[in-house]
Parts: sequence; C-alpha cells; structure tokens
Amino acid sequence: MKGRQRETVKGIRALLAGEKRTIARIISAVESEDSEEILEHIFPHSGSAYHVGITGPPGAGKSTLVSAIAKRLLGKRKKVGIIAVDPSSPFSGGALLGDRVRMTDLALDENVFIRSMASRGSLGGLAQATKDVALVLDAAGMDYILIETIGVGQVELDIAQVCDTTVVVLVPESGDSIQAMKAGLLEIADIMVVNKGDREGCERLLTELKFAFEMREQKVGWDYPILKTTATEDEGVEELVVAIESHASYLSKTGRLEDERKKKLLLRIHELIEKRIRFHLKENIMPERDIIKLLDKMYERKLNPYRIAGQIARRIIRLADRRFV
Amino acid sequence: MISKIRVLVGKPGLDGHDRGAKVVAAALRDAGMEVIYTGLHQTCESIVEAAVQEDVHVIGLSILSGAHMTIFPRILKLLRASKAKDIMVIGGGIIPADDMKKLQRIGVHKLFGPGTPTSEIVDWIKDNAVKPKRPTTRKKKSVRKKVKKQVRKKIKKKSKG
Repeated sequence: MKGRQRETVKGIRALLAGEKRTIARIISAVESEDSEEILEHIFPHSGSAYHVGITGPPGAGKSTLVSAIAKRLLGKRKKVGIIAVDPSSPFSGGALLGDRVRMTDLALDENVFIRSMASRGSLGGLAQATKDVALVLDAAGMDYILIETIGVGQVELDIAQVCDTTVVVLVPESGDSIQAMKAGLLEIADIMVVNKGDREGCERLLTELKFAFEMREQKVGWDYPILKTTATEDEGVEELVVAIESHASYLSKTGRLEDERKKKLLLRIHELIEKRIRFHLKENIMPERDIIKLLDKMYERKLNPYRIAGQIARRIIRLADRRFV
Repeated sequence: MISKIRVLVGKPGLDGHDRGAKVVAAALRDAGMEVIYTGLHQTCESIVEAAVQEDVHVIGLSILSGAHMTIFPRILKLLRASKAKDIMVIGGGIIPADDMKKLQRIGVHKLFGPGTPTSEIVDWIKDNAVKPKRPTTRKKKSVRKKVKKQVRKKIKKKSKG
C-alpha cells in the first residue's frame, strides 16, 4: 500500500505543478478506471477554475468558437483547459475525435491543455467522466475550463450541471422562434450566441430569440445576452468573452456562484451513491436468475412486472435499513 | 469502465492529401479505437504536444510528400524530449523500401506502404498497443512479488517438463 500511495502522491505533486504528461496520464486513469482514490486526493486542490460550457447542434461552430474564446483568455494571461467531447459509436465503441482540427492555433501555447474525450455511451452530451476530468484540470491550475459538448439536439443538457456559465450556440439555420420556445436547450443558456453571423437569416433569428427570451421569466436580474459571432473571422468573440466575465462577476456578487456550486456538489454525491448502489445491486443483491425464472409467467400475463419490482425493491430497502440503522 | 486504444492520426508538413489518413482513421474508429484526428499541415511539435496531452498509445503519420526522412526522426526526437518514448510511432505513405528500413532502425515501429489493407493496420495496432503503465495504479509490491514468484515457478515447470 505504501508504495502505491507514494506513487499517487508523487503523481499528484506533478499534477499540481502542471506537468502535462502527468495531467494526461491521470485523465486517462480517471476516464477508464475506477479512480476514486486518486480523485479523493485531487479534490482538495480544485475549486478555483471557472467552468464555461459551450453547447449547440452539430456544425454550429462550437470548436471554432472555443478556440477563439481560448485565444482571448490566453491573451489575458489566463491558463485554459479545454475538454472537447465527441460521440462514440454505439456499434463499434470507437470514436473519431476531430475537435482539435479547429484548434491548431492553440496547440503549442504552454498555458493551454486540450483533451478530446469520447462520450463512451453516455447520452447527455458529455462523457461520464467529464466532471472528473474537469476536476483534474481544475487542480492542475487552470483559470478557465472550457467544456465543449458533442453536437446536441434538444434534451442533452448535462452540460448545465457541470458549468458555471453555459453558452448555447445556434446558427441561422437552427430554426424559428417556435424552436426557441420549446423546452430544453435554450432553458439552460446563460448566454445565447448566433454563430456564422455572416449568413443569411441571422438577424431574423436574433430578433426571434430576443422575443422568446423576453417572454421567459427572468431569473433574478441576469439579463440574457444574445450575441452574434462569426467565429472564423473572430468577430463578436470579444463581446462573448466580456459577457462570460460579467456573468461570472454577477454570479459571485449575488452569491449564486456558491449556491449553484453547492447544488452541484449535492448532485454529485447523489450520482456517486447511485453509481455505487447500482453496481452493488448488479453484483450482489439482484438475483437476476430468479427474475428470469419469472419471465415465463409474466409473458403469459399471470404475473406483472410492477408487483415484482415493488417486492424486490421493498426487500432491498429492508436489507439496507437493517444494515445502516 | 473501459479503457480504449487511443491513436493520433496526423498529417505533418505541407502535403495536402488527407484521403489516406481519413480512410485509416475511419477504419480504426470502426475497430473500436478512439482516434484523435488533427487535420492537415501540422508541425512535428504540435503533433507531439497533442499526443502527450491526449495520452495516446500510438501516433500514426501519413506522409506523401517525400519528407519522411526529416519528419519521422524529428518526431522521435521530440517524443524523447517530452519523456514520451513509450508512445509508438507508425506511418504510411510513399516511402521507398530502403528508407523504411532506415526509419525502423532509428525507432519508427512500423511503416505501411500503399495498398496495405486497413485490417492489417488495425491488427498490428491491436497486437502492439500496450497500455502504458499508469503510475498511479500500480499493484502493491507484495502482489507484484507473488506474481513474479508464480511466473518463475511456471517457467521452471516448463523447463523441467
């Protein structure tokens, strides 16, 4: 145990010093193994990075925009971590991670760390380990962490649970005000961006978005900026960075940053408990063989799944009560 | 959770023909690997930096410009400088047989010529991409000793039998 601990501590020290190879290695470990032990060591060193999420439909220009934002932040002598998530194939499990193609200008800046992640079967627009990877980058001393989701549709909203500021990127082709009034994507936006501002239809979408946002109940005093950018030409990016910064100062001034982060920690605890219990259920308690035996009877409609699930759940809860109380 | 083979596919230098690289990238993806595609016109420095940050097992370079005798040695040198020698380097493109031999002597792991079936590349990577040792997840010393002992015993048995 001692040797292992020593190595972990050594690894953590290199991580805190911002050693890139170590950061990369630890991220891989966090991504692919049960690594709660490492994360326990890392957690106390995190909490200082500001998390910005960039989400939107495929091809909206998220990567290009992230790259442009990062460049501005680097210009302000900030350290920037970028996590870019792309989808894994549900068939082969493989993935083509192409977000770096749009970020080549950044590649050699020593104050930036870019990591591509495959979603590995997760459906909320991020990978399961994204939160933990962000934690690693946070501890590694990044001032900002930009998290780019996979191209999303309407309900992949995990990003809002990870980030302090969520930027939703649309393009003129994204649809009309009815799309904007539907539940989902726009509800998580702290800042709206219409990218590819040089295209036809941009102004129309901007007006419609403004209309849709005016009808929305205003969340305590934050005036949702709706911005136009052309990321490839670096137009409007400065305004976007200013909007992100003013959202950050709004959150910390009103005390909402702390509240929201505490909410996220609570959620995290729930998730971790759930994960453990689910694992435990599968491994130990759930007698799947027994349930399979009942399938025939259910198929013949002599038994129903509602009652069976209820019985099993009650049994598990009783067991748990006895153990914990 | 699963660990995946991660491969960086890159096109260094000025040559602008990325069809081959894309075909290979897609084949590796379909074989269940995570492929980081860096696009055209990359410098050796940016490729190595990306490989380090992405913690890949293998760097695959496509070179059709004839600059292979400059680029491969440079990549190897930069990898050594970043303490990332364990990342394997493979490549493909128009590379004469003599040069192939020379490159493999200086540390390029494998080169594939034109016409190689993608399945051959996939198989080679699957056979050779060893997971680099993760410093934080090494087994306990006592366990390592035990395993060593067992292995030794097995070898003894075999040599006796």
